[in-house]
Amino acid sequence: MNTEFDPKNYRSDLKPVWCPGCGDYSVIAAIARALANLKIRQENVAFISGIGCSSRIAAYASTYGFHGIHGRALPLASGVKVARPDLTVLAAGGDGDGFSIGGNHFLHACRRNVDMTYIVMDNSVYGMTKGQASPTSEADWCGSKLTPEGPSIPPIQPLEVALAAQASYVSRAFTGDLAELTRQIEEAISHKGFSLVHVLSPCVTYRPEQRGYKDRVHQEWTPTSNRAEAFQRLLEDDGFATGTLFVDPRPPYTPMTAAPASMAEIEADFAI
Amino acid sequence: MAKTCFSLALTGSGGAGVMTAGQILLDAAARSGLYGLMVRSLGPQIRGGESAAILRIGTAPVSSLGDTCSVLVAVDWGNIERFADEIPLDENSLVIADPDQGEVPPVIVAKSPKIAFVPLKALADTVPGGRVNMIALGLAAALAGFDEAVVAEAIQASLGRKSQEVVDISLQTLRAGMGAATAVRSEAPEIADLACGCSAPAPDNGKHRRWLLSGNAATGLGILRGGVRYCAAYPITPATEVLEWLAGALPKVGGALVQAEDELASINMVVGGSFAGIPSMTATSGPGLSLMVETLGLAVAAEIPLVVCNVMRGGPSTGIPTKSEQSDLNIALFGLHGDAPHVVTAATDIRDCLFTGQWSVQLAEAMQTPVIMLTDQAMGQAQAVIEPLEASPQKTERLVPSENTPNYQRYAVTNSGVSPMAIPGMKGCAYTADGLEHSPLGRPSTQARDHQDQLDKRARKIEAHDYGDAWADIDGEGEIALLTFGSLTGVAREAAETLRARGVPVRVIALRLLMPLRTEDLKRALQGVRRVLVIEQNHSRQFLAYLKSTFDFEAEVVSCARPGPVPIRPQEIVTAATSRDMGDTK
Repeated sequence: MNTEFDPKNYRSDLKPVWCPGCGDYSVIAAIARALANLKIRQENVAFISGIGCSSRIAAYASTYGFHGIHGRALPLASGVKVARPDLTVLAAGGDGDGFSIGGNHFLHACRRNVDMTYIVMDNSVYGMTKGQASPTSEADWCGSKLTPEGPSIPPIQPLEVALAAQASYVSRAFTGDLAELTRQIEEAISHKGFSLVHVLSPCVTYRPEQRGYKDRVHQEWTPTSNRAEAFQRLLEDDGFATGTLFVDPRPPYTPMTAAPASMAEIEADFAI
Repeated sequence: MAKTCFSLALTGSGGAGVMTAGQILLDAAARSGLYGLMVRSLGPQIRGGESAAILRIGTAPVSSLGDTCSVLVAVDWGNIERFADEIPLDENSLVIADPDQGEVPPVIVAKSPKIAFVPLKALADTVPGGRVNMIALGLAAALAGFDEAVVAEAIQASLGRKSQEVVDISLQTLRAGMGAATAVRSEAPEIADLACGCSAPAPDNGKHRRWLLSGNAATGLGILRGGVRYCAAYPITPATEVLEWLAGALPKVGGALVQAEDELASINMVVGGSFAGIPSMTATSGPGLSLMVETLGLAVAAEIPLVVCNVMRGGPSTGIPTKSEQSDLNIALFGLHGDAPHVVTAATDIRDCLFTGQWSVQLAEAMQTPVIMLTDQAMGQAQAVIEPLEASPQKTERLVPSENTPNYQRYAVTNSGVSPMAIPGMKGCAYTADGLEHSPLGRPSTQARDHQDQLDKRARKIEAHDYGDAWADIDGEGEIALLTFGSLTGVAREAAETLRARGVPVRVIALRLLMPLRTEDLKRALQGVRRVLVIEQNHSRQFLAYLKSTFDFEAEVVSCARPGPVPIRPQEIVTAATSRDMGDTK
């Protein structure tokens, strides 16, 4: 066996801050497996994250990484990929980071279709700040002192938003199914364009009831490139269907190119 | 006696084409062997607003508008009161007005200029398809003594891309305008002869041709020379032209520009591009800079080189987007939370945007730090005829480790404070950049020792860097010093000339490096000075407060400060230098 592409080599020796039982452990394991399976060398990967429990993930990989600021993983990752198209770029974070403070970037990253993979670990709670309602929390979830009567506003529907914003790859996985999660991440990395992997990742500390996710998820979707069909699936979705929802082969973003010119030629435009 | 310089303004409603006329006039000046500066004054309207092209043309390079405006050609009087303050007319000025555009407004009459009436619009109408701005151009060019063939060349260069028909009509209209100058000259001969001494065409041997460019374009070129190959852009007045210029230039040198969804995105894209090893920049103005400061703190902590060019406009908030001020100094210096040492530079004029742009990239890359480069609307959106400036021979260099460095530490505590920065793709050096405080390895750390060491090294690399002589432009000797930065440099230099002509020796010190303040260098520069005039364009005297908090002045310090949008004039500086504080409070 070729040990160079052993998943273990894709993990750093840093001990995660995550609680025992956190779904995010499966995500780092799946990313390591996916990169090993795809035979992508560590130094050719840039793994970008924002702020939150799950955003700590970048440092738990042995690739190049950037643990940036809250909500801005996607533009930072876009900057890496556009500047260095040769790199494999992953972005990751939580539901608050991606859909609340980073919501605008999420929309435009979907539209822009830069060739990178965005893995959102959704646990419907802000864990790092000790359990406040997130943009995917239920309107009547009363577990936070900040909103003791519940956030009272309906949760955002990330996959509907992604489709509406023209994402070219959309899937959903559950951390309890490592094989399917790994499969989706591999598929997303291989997809040429912006890929969203929405991961149901239970928070056992602030949302202990999410331990029950394992009984609710159902592998449902096979890829379609028909937007109407994808939307229809989401309208019928109970929030626990998993699989690859939508794949659009539209070409990824590339910046404008021009015929090469020397600095002297560029400067000549100013001469009178 | 031939003049050495003159000021002239063209005003009209938006769409009248006075900016185009001004641009062609400036181009014709360059082709006539002269130098010049043109400032645009625009209202906020997208179309149909008032606009003024304010020009100063002379035999030597121009970086100040001077104290007075000799000639105003008013195509019409639309909204003139909005910018009448920006056109300093007096009893020695000549206003050329179209009698068909109604009475000369009181705001103009109150300044007691001589007034000559020329039926500008009616003259334009004598040429089928003729436009009034070409009449105004013809008048101005004739008063300036420009050769018709030279102006025709400038018209061809400006309008040739439209169609030959447009050019032909414009030339015909131009001639009608030039013809009207004779009558104007006879009405006010002492004012209306604007011809400058040297009107020999610039030597055209293909090498020493002069350049005509805006400050924003000059910044773009300077940045490009510095090696920037990635730019993320979000449009904002008055910085957009930096980005637009780079959008055209970057792809030609293998670089890329991306339009972002907002400034939060653009600055983070820049961080990403630079982390990936490509020198990166963006340009913005006050409100955009406000959105970027959190990420600038990230770039300080994670030690990411980048340049943000901030083209200052009137603030706070949306403020006066189309007009100049120097009131973003405080946010550039102090906007970041935590102890966040970084570099702030300021270009001294349009030509210097070339140098300061390139230098800012060099500083950012050498120290792995964000650099905020300040310019302002009066510089960025103005155009000047300049002597070309060669790129600085100094190389832009980022310290990188060798591949497979054993026990590579991204944030190693070094004597210089600069640590080798691995670039994704390099084997055996992978690390995670972090805005969390970290150990030398880059591991998140809350330990006092790591915090102290990293704070020390980040401060040390900025303090210990060898900035050479570029920290300031200094000229002259004397017991009075004019201390300033940015677009007021040219104004201060003109004031210094006036003072010297009166026998008052004076030195001008224009800081190009605002932070870190080179206190020892400044002390040497101020040796023997009895009185320092601190000149800045903002309300709360930000520059003065910064200098006083950082530097022990031995001389008497006097403030010369005023907010925008009306530019500070040389005469104000002369008065302040020789009397008391010009402001209302000390």
